[in-house]
Order: sequence, then C-alpha cells, then structure tokens
Amino acid sequence: MSWLKPVSGINSEERVGFKSPIVMGVLALVVLYFFGIAGRSGQTVFELTRKQDLIQLPVFEIASAQLGVITGVIMLLVAVVSLLLSLRNSKTPIWLVSIYGLLGVTALLGWLAADNTVPVVFIAGTALVLAVPIMLGAMAGVMSERSGITNIAIEGQLLTGAFMAAVVSSITDNFALGIFAAMFTAALMSMVLAVFAIKFLAQQIIVGVVLNVLVIGITNFLYQQWLTEDGENVNFPGTLDIIKIPFLSDIPILGPVLFENRITVFAALLIVPLLWFVLFKTKLGLRARAVGEHPLAADTVGINVSRTRFWWVTIGGAIAGLGGAALTVGNAGAFGREMSGGFGFIALAVVILGRWHPISAALAALLFGFSIILRVWANQVSPGIPTDFITMVPYIVTIIAVVGFVGQSRPPKSLAIPYMKG
Amino acid sequence: MKLELRGITKRFGQLVANDSINLVVQPGEIHALLGENGAGKSTLMNVLYGLYQADEGQILLDDKAQKFSGPGDAMASGIGMVHQHFMLIPVFTVAENVALGNEPTGLFGTFKLAEARKRVVEISDRFGFNVDPDALVEDLPVGVQQRVEIIKALSRDAKVLVLDEPTAVLTPQETDELMAIMRQLAKAGTSIVFITHKLREVKEVADKITVIRLGKVVGDAAPDASTSELASMMVGREVDLTVTKRQASLGDEVLRVENISVLDDRNQRAVNGVSFMVQRGEILAIAGVQGNGQTELAEALLGLRPVIKGSGSISINGEHRKSQASVRDVLESGVGFIPEDRKKDGLVSEFTIAENLMLNASYKSVFTKGLNINFAARKKISKDLVERFDVRTPSADHLAGKLSGGNQQKVVVARELYRKVDLLIASQPTRGVDVGSIEFIHEQLVAERDAGKGVVLISTELDEVLALADRIAVMYRGQIIGIVGPETSREQLGKMMAGVAA
Repeated sequence: MSWLKPVSGINSEERVGFKSPIVMGVLALVVLYFFGIAGRSGQTVFELTRKQDLIQLPVFEIASAQLGVITGVIMLLVAVVSLLLSLRNSKTPIWLVSIYGLLGVTALLGWLAADNTVPVVFIAGTALVLAVPIMLGAMAGVMSERSGITNIAIEGQLLTGAFMAAVVSSITDNFALGIFAAMFTAALMSMVLAVFAIKFLAQQIIVGVVLNVLVIGITNFLYQQWLTEDGENVNFPGTLDIIKIPFLSDIPILGPVLFENRITVFAALLIVPLLWFVLFKTKLGLRARAVGEHPLAADTVGINVSRTRFWWVTIGGAIAGLGGAALTVGNAGAFGREMSGGFGFIALAVVILGRWHPISAALAALLFGFSIILRVWANQVSPGIPTDFITMVPYIVTIIAVVGFVGQSRPPKSLAIPYMKG
Repeated sequence: MKLELRGITKRFGQLVANDSINLVVQPGEIHALLGENGAGKSTLMNVLYGLYQADEGQILLDDKAQKFSGPGDAMASGIGMVHQHFMLIPVFTVAENVALGNEPTGLFGTFKLAEARKRVVEISDRFGFNVDPDALVEDLPVGVQQRVEIIKALSRDAKVLVLDEPTAVLTPQETDELMAIMRQLAKAGTSIVFITHKLREVKEVADKITVIRLGKVVGDAAPDASTSELASMMVGREVDLTVTKRQASLGDEVLRVENISVLDDRNQRAVNGVSFMVQRGEILAIAGVQGNGQTELAEALLGLRPVIKGSGSISINGEHRKSQASVRDVLESGVGFIPEDRKKDGLVSEFTIAENLMLNASYKSVFTKGLNINFAARKKISKDLVERFDVRTPSADHLAGKLSGGNQQKVVVARELYRKVDLLIASQPTRGVDVGSIEFIHEQLVAERDAGKGVVLISTELDEVLALADRIAVMYRGQIIGIVGPETSREQLGKMMAGVAA
C-alpha cells in the first residue's frame, strides 16, 4: 500500500553505479578501432542540403577512417567524464549521453558511406516519416496507459487504420474521408477494449491480443478476397500531397525535414506536444493521471473513473488509426498484408522507453524510424556489410540511453487493474 | 450544518452491514461513532459519502433530504471525508491533490497551479497546518498526509467532516494535534463525525457518542461515561480490559539481535543498526508508529528478507544464525511467527482451516504418510486445535477465507503454537480483530510467556503494548530509540515514538 510508506529521511542506499561509463567506454573503443584504426579507406561526404534547397550549405568531406578516430577519441573522453561523475556518485547528464549517441551515429554513417555521400536531410526526413506510425501508436499507448488501461491492441488499431484509409480513400477518392474512416474504425476498436476492460473487468492483455488476431484475420481475408481481385478500384489510393510550409521549409536541414511533409507527419508533430500539454497542464490531464494512479482516490473527489478511462482509450484509438493511415496514404500508397508489421508492439516498447511521457516517447519512436531507414540506406551504399548488423546499432544506442539516464521507470500505479466500485 | 441519518440500511448479499441506523449530528458538534472492527461504521460513512447507495433510509442536511449518486454530490452538499486509507495520489504534489476534482481552470481548461497552491497555503495558514503545497505526497509523513486530506475537504467548503479511524497511523503527539484541529474546526462551526474504536480518544474529544454494534445503533453515551461502560456497550457484554499476568520469571536468552540493518522493497534502509535481546519468560514489545521498519524487522527475523551483508547477526537459543538461513531453517530452530497481514501472509483463504493448520508442518511425519497426506491425523489434530483455540466454525473443513477476522487470526495462532516453539514473533496480532478474540489472543501470548517462551510482540497499539509488555523497545525511522520498562508513561512513550530518545 503506497500510503504506508516509511517516513522519509531513512538513508538512501541508492548509488550511481558504473554501468554508463563501462558501456560508454567499451563502445567508444569499438568505434575507435573498427570505424577508425581498422576503418575503411575512402572519403565520406556529408551532404547537409539538397540540390533543390534555397539555402545551400557547403558539403563536409572527411576521410572515413579519420572521422572514426576523431569521434572515437571524443567518445572515449565522454566516457572518462562519465567515469569521473560516477566516482563522485552523480549521474551522467542526459545532454552528455545525447552528444555521445550523436557522435556514435555520425561515426557509423561515415563508416558506411566511405567513398560515398551521406544525404543527411534524406535520412533524417525519412526517419521521421517512418517513425510517424510508431509515434502515433505510442501516443495511443500513453493515453490509454496513463488512464490505467493496457492497450496491447495498438498493432490492430494501426492495421485497421491502414486498411480503412487505403480502401475508403480509393473508393471515395477523398483522402479526408479515408483518414476519418481510419480514425473512426480504430476508435471503435478501442471502445471494444475499453468496454471489456471497464465494464466486464476483463483481462486487458487477453482482450488486446484477441483484437489483434481478429484484425489480422479480417484484413488478411479482405485483402485476399477483395483487394487483390479489385485492387485498382479499392486499393489504389496513392499518397497525400507533400505540403511545403513557406519560409519555414527554407531553413537549412531542419526545414526540409520538418516542414516539407504530408499532413500525417504534420499531424503527428502537432499531436505530440498537444498531448503533453493536455496531460500535464490541463484539468483533463490531471484527472486522467489520477485515474491511472489511484482510481478510488479519483472517485472520492467526484471524478468518473469509467468515463475518463473510456474516453482516453477511445481517443487514443483514433490517434492510432491516424498512425495507420500514415502507413498507407501517408507513405506506401496502398494497403499490404499485415503491413503494420509489429509497429504496434514497438510502440508499446516506445511508451515504456519514453516513461509514459509523450515527448520522450516520440523521441524514442524517432530512434526506431532511424533504424529502419538506416538498414535500407546502408544496403545501398555498402552492399557488402550484413544489414542485420547495421540494424542492431540503433538498439545498442537505445540500451546506452536506457542504462545511462532512463533508470528505473515507474508505470502508472493502477495500470491494468480494473476498477470495481463498492 | 446539521446532519441527520434516518433508518439507513445497507445490505451486501446476505450480510446486513447497516440495519436502520439513525444518527443526528448538530452543527459544530464532534460526534463520535464508536464500534468494533466490522461493526459497520465505515459502511455507514461510505453511504453518507455517496460511495455506496443505501438500500433504505434517508440522508438529511439541515432537515432537507439529499440524494447522493456519487461522492461528487456529497461533496457539493458540503460533506468532506478523510478516509482511513488516504485518498491521495502519491506522485502528485499537495496542491494537485487538493485541487483534484475541483480544479481552478483557465483558458482551454488549463489547470491553474498557482491558484491551487494559493488555496492550500491559505487554509494551511489559517489552521497552522504547516503544509508545503509543492511537496510530493509520497515524501510526506503520514501525519502531514492526513492534514492534506483535511485541507482537501476544507477547500471544498465542507460543513460536515467525517474522519474515519484517523488516529490509526498517528503517533500519540500527532493524535493530540489532530484533536486540537478537530476542536478548532468544530468551534468554527464544522460538524465532525469521528469514527473510531479507541475509547480513550472518544472520551477526550467527543461531545456526543453513538455506539454501533453488528450494524445497529446500540445507544448513545456522554463523553463522561466510564471506559468499561463504553467497552461493554461496544462489545455487548462485560469486558475485562486488563490483562492479568504474573511477575515475569526470566530464563535463558532465546533471541539476540546484534546491529542488523535491512532494506525495504525500495532499497531504502528500513532497519538501521538494530540490537536487542529476548529472554525466556518475557514479552518484549516493539512499539512505534507504523512504517518505521517494524515490518522489515519481523521479516528479517524470520528470514523472509535478507539482513544487509556484514551488518550484524541474529542468534537463536545462543546459536548463531546463518546469514542466508531459509525460512524453514528458522522455523525449525524453534520460532513461531504471526504475520501482520493475515490475509496476505497468514492464511490461504481458498484453503480449508485444516489445510491452513498444516501449512508450516506439511512435510512433517505427523501430517504425512509416505508421500501422502495423513488425512486421519490431520482431521484429529485440526479438530483438536479448533476446539482448543476456540475457532468459531462448524468444522475444520470450512474455508479459512469465510471466517471472521478474529477467527482467522485464531487459526494462525493455533498453527504457530501447535509446534513446540521457543520464540514467538507476533506482528500486529490483534489488528482488525474483535474484542473477544483480542482477549483470547492476549491470553495466549501471556500463557506462552508464562510457559517460559520468549515473545516478541510488534504492535503499533500503545494500549496493547502497555497491557502485555515486560519491556518496551520503541522503533523510530529504523532504529531502536530506547528500551524501557512497562511502567513508562504514555507521554514518554509517545515522545519516543516521535523520535525523542529516552
């Protein structure tokens, strides 16, 4: 019982360990040796701007191995700083870990692109586009879990959204209707979860899994029986237009990455800070968090626990549906069998990695988006290198991040516990 | 505001928790609702607060009938409640907790934290509560958390304030402070309903007393009624509140604890360098407010929780205990254990009484025949124990979970005392237990002591400690602040429980 805490002031046994300096040191040595000393010959060109951009930045050219040595040494220095901090029992600050991570990524890109160019804007922009479904799925997860309901069904909601967006857009020839249908259907699916969890006190994980299996089954069936037969009419929506925001999109690097996108990406970029604002700065957010932590306490001050949970889960579902739409009309241009491919589950991991915080979760989602584009791009520039190895890299970075600053995360206290009145 | 309950009846299936209860609380009155655990006090207040709906009866405020479909309605009508288990969000600040459900908002429903803080400071200053609006509730001592609850009720203009067993978690000093606050509020016109089973507190603070037994009002009493009068009203028969025990005849040392430290679940040092010893033939009480390391100490003694490596040692019967001794090793070395939460650690509710009685000796020859259970022996032993320990049940084959709290506890005591033990560790043995069972369990503890066993009684109830102990060790923030004799005054013990060394 949380209120039976021992009185404060008992000595804390918590000590900052040596996990971060050790992990950072080892990886710095790996970078220094494999990308630097034993690195590949050839020049790497970092292209900071594209040909069509208004403001042109000079390209940055360096020998691949040299870059490896420089970044490796700096990373080693950062590891030493981290060691000194650990000796003084203070934590390595998050900005230092971020710099470290960025250096590691630079070294990796430089190594992969020996005798080649690194299109920075292309990589960052595509990472964002690929991250959007995960990001929106994660927002659905944050909304539902903050109010106390585990939403395993994000995968199914993404798939539903993807399917509905593609089909409805194709049939009606109207993207707005397609996106609306995607959000609406995914919200309906969330309602099923919410009703089972709130009204029938069902085991939320089981309901979620069943919903996922159900959606995979239905979409597979419809895809085979209908979409492949009549693809031109019902599964050929194309993609949304790319919108350039005047002036902002002319900012070097950031402009094309952030402000030259499809509406789905813009929506994600708006929803993330908006959710943060609602969750932490408004009455509704305060109440939702209270319901997720201690529903009985919320009830005793007149907050309707069931209604709060119902709407947070449902609106979360609508956002996941939008994430699904981002897969089809926002990127691929057509629906494919099981095309959400585990993004919904990655979104769940992203929620935890982001500690149930919208902004952190969005950043974590970006990491996964980056890992996807990295694999594709690495295959093009260095076909010899096993792509599975490259794909590991972002996850190693994630582990460092988790070890370095995330620490022990604390989920909402009443997560997955049904609230029974009286 | 005048509160009146008329003929409130609340049933849970077969059980009638409240049976046409009538109650009138005048404005500015401190009205004590006295009754045993399970008498139906909390149910009644939950009906009043709109958490439960009454099956029959009426709630009237200033003679107007009210209909509460939820706590929100009750609050809007001016009823505030401080629950026994605080209704606070541990990860929220004081200001957020106080504002929750009644938030000052600005444009787009933004939560105006500054205004919420101001409200807390204002009320805190008016009554001298000294509460920091920005502190996280989980970091606050329970006494302060309770004040946050009171602020929460006052910030909603509560005219009737219900306090449900408010002193259970407080030190005697904090209890005194709370009573001063209650008087102050009553003087300002607030009607107060004070729910408790502690006679002393009722006599001290109440203007009027209503006694409830088995869901019915058994009568009113004035605060100058004698303690034994109130007790017999509450229990329904004459109660002997004093425990008679002979002079202790001390034997060999049975337990020696030297300088041990133990971590709690959050890796905080809950027990910090504790040393004491217990001789045969005495009861050593470990007193202290809940959450000062008693739970962890008891678990460490039993081997459920590791002692921090190298911090100290535990010897039983003069034999040094291995640092990683298993619970079975400890039990085999002659230790009996009554855990503080019988539902969680004492019994398996879904098992029968007989099955529960064999739990700590399931592997022993008395209960087994080869690989099988010796059902005949178990039947005989359990029948015998049910009789000897006065467990009120039709048979030993009944589910333990269906018994009343007192009878469940008797099953636990029977199981622990059936084996030959040299040392009995009893952690909160009478919490949530009816007075009859309390008397019985106290007798058993004294009998063990008189039979030359060592007894460690861990209790947060000062009355229990003073009634039973031969020596009293007071725990505060993981340390033993002093070990004193049983003649020590309440005030002195209260000071020690608040951390002032003897």
